[in-house]
Amino acid sequence: MSRKVSHWRLAAALAASVLALSACSGTAAKTTASAGPIGQADIDKAMTTPTTLTFWTWVPNIAQEVALFEKKYPAVKINVVNAGQGADQYTKLRTALKAGSGAPDLAQVEFQYIPTFSITKSLVDLRPYGADANKSKFVDWTWGQVTGPNGEIFAYPQDTGPMGMVYRADLFAKYKIDVPKTWDEFAAAARKLHAADGKVYLTDMAANETGAWHGLMWQAGSKPYTVNGTTVGLAVNDTASKKVADYWGGLAKEGVVATDPDFTDTWFQGLNSGKYAAWLTAAWGPVFLGGSAKSTAGKWKAAPLPQWDAGSNVSGNWGGSTTAVIKGTANPIAAAKFAEFLNSDPESAKMFNTVQNFFPATTALLADPSFAAQKSEFFGGQQLNQLFGQIGDTVNKGWQWPPFLDQSNQDWTETVGKALADKADAAGATDQWQQRVTSYAKDQGFTVNAG
Amino acid sequence: MTAKRAGYVFVAPFLVLFLLLFMFPLGYAAYLSLFKDQLVGGTVFAGLANYTRALSDPQLLQGAGRVGLFFLIQVPIMLLISLAAALAIDSGLLRAARVFRLGVFLPYAVPSVVAALMWGYLYGPSFGPLARFGFDPLTDTLMLPALGNIVTWEFAGYNMIILYAALRTVPAERYEAAAVDGAGPWRTAWSIKIPALRPALLLCLVFSVIGSFQLFAEPNLVQRLAPNVINAAYTPNLYAYSLAFTSQQVNYAAAVSFLLGLVILVVSYAVLYTANRSRR
Repeated sequence: MSRKVSHWRLAAALAASVLALSACSGTAAKTTASAGPIGQADIDKAMTTPTTLTFWTWVPNIAQEVALFEKKYPAVKINVVNAGQGADQYTKLRTALKAGSGAPDLAQVEFQYIPTFSITKSLVDLRPYGADANKSKFVDWTWGQVTGPNGEIFAYPQDTGPMGMVYRADLFAKYKIDVPKTWDEFAAAARKLHAADGKVYLTDMAANETGAWHGLMWQAGSKPYTVNGTTVGLAVNDTASKKVADYWGGLAKEGVVATDPDFTDTWFQGLNSGKYAAWLTAAWGPVFLGGSAKSTAGKWKAAPLPQWDAGSNVSGNWGGSTTAVIKGTANPIAAAKFAEFLNSDPESAKMFNTVQNFFPATTALLADPSFAAQKSEFFGGQQLNQLFGQIGDTVNKGWQWPPFLDQSNQDWTETVGKALADKADAAGATDQWQQRVTSYAKDQGFTVNAG
Repeated sequence: MTAKRAGYVFVAPFLVLFLLLFMFPLGYAAYLSLFKDQLVGGTVFAGLANYTRALSDPQLLQGAGRVGLFFLIQVPIMLLISLAAALAIDSGLLRAARVFRLGVFLPYAVPSVVAALMWGYLYGPSFGPLARFGFDPLTDTLMLPALGNIVTWEFAGYNMIILYAALRTVPAERYEAAAVDGAGPWRTAWSIKIPALRPALLLCLVFSVIGSFQLFAEPNLVQRLAPNVINAAYTPNLYAYSLAFTSQQVNYAAAVSFLLGLVILVVSYAVLYTANRSRR
């Protein structure tokens, strides 16, 4: 509350932020990519002309990868700026783009936010700069994620988060639970575990975690968003989505899974104390766990996600980033080449794994025997890279993100998430979710198709 | 230089900043609120469409109703506590009055962000001290009282200082006269002190109107602990914020903020008006 601030002053502050947000619109695109490909001569010239590129990213210690690039192209200097993590950076980026000044040459953009920025024509199509030639270097589905509706290449994949399940092997043994291979087995295990010990839950389906939820919808084969220019198909309540909601809503109603908000103190404590026996997470999860649940070292194991149909092998993705070139850059060639080098150069790509513990997006590194053979002490010596590498191959390819993910996330939290937390009808809540995103999309001028 | 001109020179620094940092953004927000910016189709003039939409927006109305309820319940409780504390200190009967005064005031010195985080820990559903007694305030029904508790804790001391300062200005002759007439401490408090506090109480009340309707930092921070209880439109200010930064509806957010300002103005005026009328 701002009792210390007069209401007028607060109104003025809000107005000022409003001012910063939308000083003027539509002046962002200063340069337009030329139609044809850029010749090698132009590229050589760009890479030898002294240039400084600004790069917004929140990746820690990225200076090490940047140094590799600067060593190869001494004329091009990279000015790394940490403009905040995730949403904070996107807000700043949006503000700068609307203002028409202050935007970086390149920015880290998570997979799920590419459509949010390509709809406003804020990302440079990298095809003229030779992006197509790199297709085979990246895991199939990641390339699909950076490809626009008309075949544009909007970014280079940096890291990924194919989803799996990490679980407390000691707790599973204690309560005599086999690693569930299907969601039916998972539900049975959840009931058995909670009946054996009322303080323990098989997992926490965080009622605020849109990332994991989308990943599970992805696995189930839901197609909630189909984007084609200004026409969007919305079906966040399609059959597969309802199946997921019905399943988790049912378990939450029974009280055999927790619904605590994740990445909160309660949740961290739950991971440490063994309140949750498993975490449905992504390939970056194990390293994260090693940092935030130290007391449980050696007790964890990882497995693929349980499946909807016995014998099938499908996963979704949660998280991962890309490097995109931002419209308005004065040096699109150098910027595009930097993005390419940073993420496709074998040495740089490997460094992201060894230094930042990122799960790779390049096929070369995934196929590297020394990578796959790495053992994780935290996971009792299990070869996690190999496991998640295999899971990565099973990620559904057709998934698309909407150009207004923030809104859809908020609407999910207030409908489906709320139903989970309140032990209400989660499957029915997907209809409310659908209705909310549809009215938002229409209000924003999109042509909306149901499904 | 004439005295008149000197006056202008003296107010100039204020006036320049006032126009630049206050009137200009306000005018710009008013201007923005008349447009509509879409992801597809760009910006179009919308006239008062944003305002008519806001007036029938169930999320906004619900939020406004919530802060209205908050005002009706939390503010009287807080002001009674402040009044009691101020009278207690002024009575001269407390032993460590200075320590007491500082103690009650201290929460106000704690930034509201820190206060909300601290209370968040206390409210924590699986580790907080309240949880040990099986009491979880972070639920649909108890969230508003829980927020009211934080705000009362923060601002009771602030209001107490205002009331106490007002009590110090009561002329000593009145107390003497009361003592001569045989009034005890209770009678003095009721018949002299509280009537004397009237303007100060009114000031506190107006501050509280503004504070209640602008409730933002506390719900915004507690939202992280209970994302399914505090939604994006929990209070009108929170709603304006999420409209601007999540939904990218800057123009509509400007309209909502303007309406909120208007509501505060009207309620503040109503409070002053009724208070002044009942005095006659």
